[in-house]
Amino acid sequence: MRFLKAFGQFWYDFIIGDDWKIAVAVVLSLVVLFAAMTAGVFGDTGLTLLGGALIVVAFSISLAIDVRPKKR
Amino acid sequence: MDAATWGLIVATFVACFVEMVEATTIVMAMGYTRSWKSALVGTFAALGALAVVTLAAGYALANWLPESALQLAIGGLLLIFGLQWLRKAILRSSGRKAVHDEDAIYREEVEAAKAAGESKGGLDLFAFMVSFKGVFLEGMEVVFIVLTFGLNADNIPGASLGAAAAVVIVLGIAIALRRPLSMINENLLKYGVGLLLASFGTYWAVEGIGIFRDGRESLDWPGHDLMILVLIAAWLLLSRIFVAVLRKPAVPAPVLAGDIPVEVKK
Repeated sequence: MRFLKAFGQFWYDFIIGDDWKIAVAVVLSLVVLFAAMTAGVFGDTGLTLLGGALIVVAFSISLAIDVRPKKR
Repeated sequence: MDAATWGLIVATFVACFVEMVEATTIVMAMGYTRSWKSALVGTFAALGALAVVTLAAGYALANWLPESALQLAIGGLLLIFGLQWLRKAILRSSGRKAVHDEDAIYREEVEAAKAAGESKGGLDLFAFMVSFKGVFLEGMEVVFIVLTFGLNADNIPGASLGAAAAVVIVLGIAIALRRPLSMINENLLKYGVGLLLASFGTYWAVEGIGIFRDGRESLDWPGHDLMILVLIAAWLLLSRIFVAVLRKPAVPAPVLAGDIPVEVKK
């Protein structure tokens, strides 16, 4: 059990790192892109540009959450 | 050699260089304070384990996954790594996170080594384990970057060449200087690697979403590979905007020598 926990912790640290919001931002962007692709509203050019924009926006939001002023 | 191959070699060289500097600091701290023999045995054991992981993962990725799935899986992970590095670079450049300091890391490792007490027997287990863990963890990221760049560019030898050159150069500098490599501007290098990983990661992860459509064909970026340059420029511009917006104003009060900026919540 301890080995499994340590194994899981290693991969969590390796992939997710010290800010889980980045991983969530990437996954959410790709999920939205997948939904747009399934809806069939864009061609490849539209989808790739949308994907790039989604990732940029998601990263910006995660960074904004990081540096927001803390409530007293 | 064409421009793409040179780009591949430079990308893997810089990424590996940064990770090697960090691993070398840990091994040197163990070597000088505990036992060089145990630190080096730990280092070579970790390098052996990394070689096995590289071969196994490389074979599995190259042979079992369709191209678009490969792009999505490793592009997505590369993107996460790249954005983590970019986030830290932005926070450090804007004064919101302590700057990476190899001297401070070396001192911490030395103190931990002294506090661990004397070892009994031939092999110093503390030095062995710390060196093994340090080299293995830093090396895993390099392995991943080499595999990702190498497989996507269909040039594993080129990517490996970049990484191997970094290993040789960092080891050469460390042996010549015999002290932590704190003179290297690691933060700037990490910024550059973060930009590269974020750009290539964006490109491949978005392409790889095509695995879920009929025919499992990758999405096609306008301008194809040239779009990577546009993505690098876009991430650079965005990061500079963030640094400018987030930069903390200089504090007029006197600052003590050991003070470091307050680290943001991780």
